[in-house]
Amino acid sequence: MSTLITISYYLMVAFFSVCFIWNFRKSKNWQQELLYLIVLMPFLLRLFRLK
Amino acid sequence: MKPAINLRKLIFATLFLILFISSGISFYRSRHLKEPVVLGDGVFEVKKLSDYFPGIKGSINDAKVYVLGQDNAGGSVLILGGSHPEEPAGRLAVWIIIENAQVGRGRVYVIPTANPSASTATRLGGAYPPDYTIKTPWGEQKFRQGDRWSNPLDQWPDPEVYIHYPSRQQLAYMDIRNQNRTWPGRANGTMTEKTCYAMTQLILKEKIDLVIDLHEAELQYPVISTIVAHQKGQDIAAMASMMISGEEGFNIGVEYSPEALRGLSHREIGDHTQAIPLLLETPEPFLDATRGKTDRKLLLTGKDEFVMKAGKHGLLFEKLDENGWPIDVRVGRHLSSIIQILKVWTELHPDRPITMDNVPHFSEVIKNSTGFYLKDPSKAPADRVFYE
Repeated sequence: MSTLITISYYLMVAFFSVCFIWNFRKSKNWQQELLYLIVLMPFLLRLFRLK
Repeated sequence: MKPAINLRKLIFATLFLILFISSGISFYRSRHLKEPVVLGDGVFEVKKLSDYFPGIKGSINDAKVYVLGQDNAGGSVLILGGSHPEEPAGRLAVWIIIENAQVGRGRVYVIPTANPSASTATRLGGAYPPDYTIKTPWGEQKFRQGDRWSNPLDQWPDPEVYIHYPSRQQLAYMDIRNQNRTWPGRANGTMTEKTCYAMTQLILKEKIDLVIDLHEAELQYPVISTIVAHQKGQDIAAMASMMISGEEGFNIGVEYSPEALRGLSHREIGDHTQAIPLLLETPEPFLDATRGKTDRKLLLTGKDEFVMKAGKHGLLFEKLDENGWPIDVRVGRHLSSIIQILKVWTELHPDRPITMDNVPHFSEVIKNSTGFYLKDPSKAPADRVFYE
């Protein structure tokens, strides 16, 4: 069960990471662009098992 | 207008990548820092926890077990450092034992990093340094800072409430990753529970008589500068406390392990195995909630004006002055306590003696420093150097 939750969690982290990158590309507001990148950081660190 | 937006995005993305890559490299290096251990002449064998419980093989927590002494007729002791790796005095004391001790009678089993996973993370939101260095006569040796709990990268998710096995006592959710809340462990449990189960199997299979679990505590916590003893070890702890006060130049108290508090080494090892567990605590101001800057200096000097101020308001259970609690004092206390405990054990059990020489006492560590007793891995034969 724990393994299943972990796999689902990493899939979810990957999904949201893609969403943030997508929104960063589409945004025309510099503050929002910065915000997407700041929020993306912990998601990527977790996805790549760095932190 | 569009080229300007694209240029801005390119600049933002570049800055993001620089930040991500540099922080990623820093976290990766810290997690994979190798700490050399030079085997002293007293070490005859290096085993792994999976030798006692194959269920932990391949896991980061398949910790190394250093075996000193070959006298099967004598007694045996298991010394644990790094149950909580953020309490470095225990790990360093154990390092000194592995690299220097000579065991005459009995056997000494030593695990310097009882929870390797916890040594690869630092406290979330705690602003801990990733590592620290100890000065030695041949240079510096770097150690991982570590945390109290197993790394969430290795054990996840946490439950809403942690239900301890086998007592079913409800504990705080994150303590399912706390190695001193998961004793005696279980074979089909989480990684931290499996680690404790493997150590319990070691204690049973090697017929360990004594377990000494080395810790440090914040000064605002009442269980400090003390030996916490299971009821089976009350006489040893009381006698060792008296011997330490009389011979070693510092005082250490004795507390009895509460029967209602489950999962701790000083309770569960005594209840589930033949061994007598004792847990030693030294003061570590670095852990206090009211500390100032959480850096390497605070970790190694134990000096903090904010914790001192808490002391002036009567909020501390141990004294703290401008001298702080330097790492040499804390390591020396652990080493002298171990020496005296083994002495008392041998006096009380002459049929199962454990004698260990060439381990520095408190006064010697103060005089020479901790680093003086660490060996240079570059000068040692390759087959005598292991890595934690």
